[in-house]
Amino acid sequence: MKIRLLLLPLLGVLWATSAGAVALSDYEFKDAAQVERFRILLKELRCLVCQNQTLANSDAPLAKDFRKEVHVMMQQGRSDREIIDFMVERYGDFVLYRPPVRTSTYLLWFGPFALLIFGGFVLLRTVRARGKPAARALSAADRERVRTALDDLGDGESR
Amino acid sequence: MARYLIPLGLFVVLVGFLGVGLKLDPRQVPSPFVGKPMPAFEMARLDDLNVSLSHEDLKGEVALLNVWASWCASCRVEHEFLMTLANDEKVPIYGLNYKDTMEDATRWLEQFGDPYKAIGFDEDGRVGIDWGVYGAPETFVIDRDGIIRYKHIGPLSQDDVDKKLLPLLALLKANNA
Repeated sequence: MKIRLLLLPLLGVLWATSAGAVALSDYEFKDAAQVERFRILLKELRCLVCQNQTLANSDAPLAKDFRKEVHVMMQQGRSDREIIDFMVERYGDFVLYRPPVRTSTYLLWFGPFALLIFGGFVLLRTVRARGKPAARALSAADRERVRTALDDLGDGESR
Repeated sequence: MARYLIPLGLFVVLVGFLGVGLKLDPRQVPSPFVGKPMPAFEMARLDDLNVSLSHEDLKGEVALLNVWASWCASCRVEHEFLMTLANDEKVPIYGLNYKDTMEDATRWLEQFGDPYKAIGFDEDGRVGIDWGVYGAPETFVIDRDGIIRYKHIGPLSQDDVDKKLLPLLALLKANNA
């Protein structure tokens, strides 16, 4: 019974995420390989109107135009690289759904990991420092006080 | 004491970055064409489909290319500024009628006025894609040699015209004298 309860929201999520997918039957392809190429290309390009969506699942009219353009270029025999370059030439890097890895984006790509490692390092040091209290060397005056105190204790016991 | 200032310092730096980031608008996709020659095109003219308008026609003087459509509400908002630019400032404005129908576009111009020197009819938006257009309205500033100098995304306001367009147009006109 419990498993069935879990399946229902899972089904809901699967249904919801597939609802946005674009009908590939709108376009003609020579073979299955082309369909797959198209699908992958669409996921790499961003819809500039609904900017959090890719061309694969945006319903915006601009996305429809872009999809048509990608399809036309595929029919013309252009390679994936050429199609991507075509779009970037006109719209800049933002049209790529995944930001390119360039010196200008190193901070974006590697920053979070660097921050995590740095944070982990700090955590490690803090935990280690707490475990071992720093041994301070006793001053001469303090050493005398300890000796006196121990002597007093010793006298008390031997009595 | 310094040890306790380090996390604070890091936090201040982070806040700085976040503050800058919040001010940026992702809707403003900068054009990679600024500083480059305008994309080549050839479109049928809205007033006579048998005559074509090409990128060559825009060369020779400092001009604007305005992307507009009758279905675009913001275009109506900036229209008065285009009329002023065309009539008072004598700036040649070329129109790119984007994904519209001839009837709607012509009717719109009759109703609101026509500031354009010539209008290209881009029914399927193909020329728009070549120019990196992703919505209407958009306005490009093109110098005498056909180099794109500035792209304005969204409707023009009085401020945009006074502070951005007019100074740039004056600069470009003076440069090529």
